Amino acid sequence: MPKYALYPGCSLEANSAAYAQSIEAVCRVLGIDLVEVDDWNCCGATEYHSLHRLAAAAVIARNLALVDPQLDQLVAPCAACFLNLKKVDHQMAEDPNWASKVNAALAAGGLSYTPGRVKVRHLVEVLHSDVGEEKIRSHVKLPLKGLRVAPYYGCQIVRPYKDVDNTEYPMKLDELMSWVGADVVPYPMKAACCGGHLTQISEDQAYELLRRLLQNAEDAGADVILCMCPMCQLNLDAYQSAVNSRFKTRFRIPTLFFTQVLGLAFGLPLKKLGFGKEIVPALPVLQQKIPAVVASVSRG
Amino acid sequence: MIDLARTEGNSLLLEVMRGTPKGERLLHCIQCGSCGGSCPNGPDMDYSPRALFALIQAGEREKVLSANTMWVCVSCYACTTRCPQQIPITEILYTLKRISLREGLAKGTDGPALARTFVHYLHNYGRSFEFGLATRFYLFNKPFAMMKMGPLGLKMLSHGRMALLPTRIKNVKQLEAIIQKARELGD
Repeated sequence: MPKYALYPGCSLEANSAAYAQSIEAVCRVLGIDLVEVDDWNCCGATEYHSLHRLAAAAVIARNLALVDPQLDQLVAPCAACFLNLKKVDHQMAEDPNWASKVNAALAAGGLSYTPGRVKVRHLVEVLHSDVGEEKIRSHVKLPLKGLRVAPYYGCQIVRPYKDVDNTEYPMKLDELMSWVGADVVPYPMKAACCGGHLTQISEDQAYELLRRLLQNAEDAGADVILCMCPMCQLNLDAYQSAVNSRFKTRFRIPTLFFTQVLGLAFGLPLKKLGFGKEIVPALPVLQQKIPAVVASVSRG
Repeated sequence: MIDLARTEGNSLLLEVMRGTPKGERLLHCIQCGSCGGSCPNGPDMDYSPRALFALIQAGEREKVLSANTMWVCVSCYACTTRCPQQIPITEILYTLKRISLREGLAKGTDGPALARTFVHYLHNYGRSFEFGLATRFYLFNKPFAMMKMGPLGLKMLSHGRMALLPTRIKNVKQLEAIIQKARELGD
């Protein structure tokens, strides 16, 4: 059984419990063993870098240092965590002086990290590239034909590092969803920004970015938007009604984590996939578009 | 080759270059404007990254450090991957945030308050704590907006998406020691 270290990140503990639940359920089906990093700490998101570069890096590096020495791959399902972990590893590898500074800070806690020891991966890469098409297809019990999904990548998984997918028009999640039979719609704004923390500090900017994403998904004829980052999901879902009030729009597009929808295709019961936690309810749409699938997984 | 003479007497330029991996690429800016054009928030910036880089090179320290550019940036990295001169634009903006905070020049933005409140919970618990973060941030910075956020908080709570108590990691002491040491070692 392939084994990876898991860095869940703070969002998965609370606001994105549906992501955590569905990741666990889907990985169990696929035989992927995710081992949570013991006593991991918050990665500082995009906030700590604004205050202190070395402290921000050291806080992130503590997590890399805590990865089980038997494991050399670390999966981070959140975009901000993923980039932070990857960036610190890369910057330490590129600059030995910087690496010694980070390690001097870690040493105060009795830890150290050798850059390059852990490869930081996003879950989409693991499912798309390590598990692969054949195996994913072999687990599909209920093909999702009839459900039009808009795969949304956001920013920090596909940028600034260019090795995950295309930085402008990524395709891995599109392909993954097509393997489980969903109707994938072309979503031109799939790698545009959701506004991140701007919903907290500048509504005017954040709501406009969200409006564009929702409009673009609606124009593409999407039934649901699929996210691979907790922040993107939270913004598109929880602030959708605020966007509607602001712009007099009538968006009502459910926003799900891609793992929830994969789980449906694998025939997993709805309650194991965290359905019902989304603010814009998904079930009415799913019942309308893929009634047989919903009937089958509701029994489970 | 970088013409280092261009940095002479320009302390801001030197600080940006020192504080940012590959920061010296800034000297290669050709003023093409791909950054501002790629930015989802470009129109809201006082100066686009392109203009800001010209001001840095011109030694306009105060103008640069009091600009809203870096606080409007939300780290989508679209400018960074599109820059034909491989300038690490987003990272340079982070460096400018740090310098501007240090010099007390950040203004007209709640960005610093959000960052400080967020990091407060990270220091104390080792984890982020949304309920506390939202309450504390709104209460001290935008109490009127708090009324608007109330219903959203309730929705999150009723959908099982908000914890009312923070989670604390086991080894907060170790984390504290690491942060303390990092701060002693400098930025």
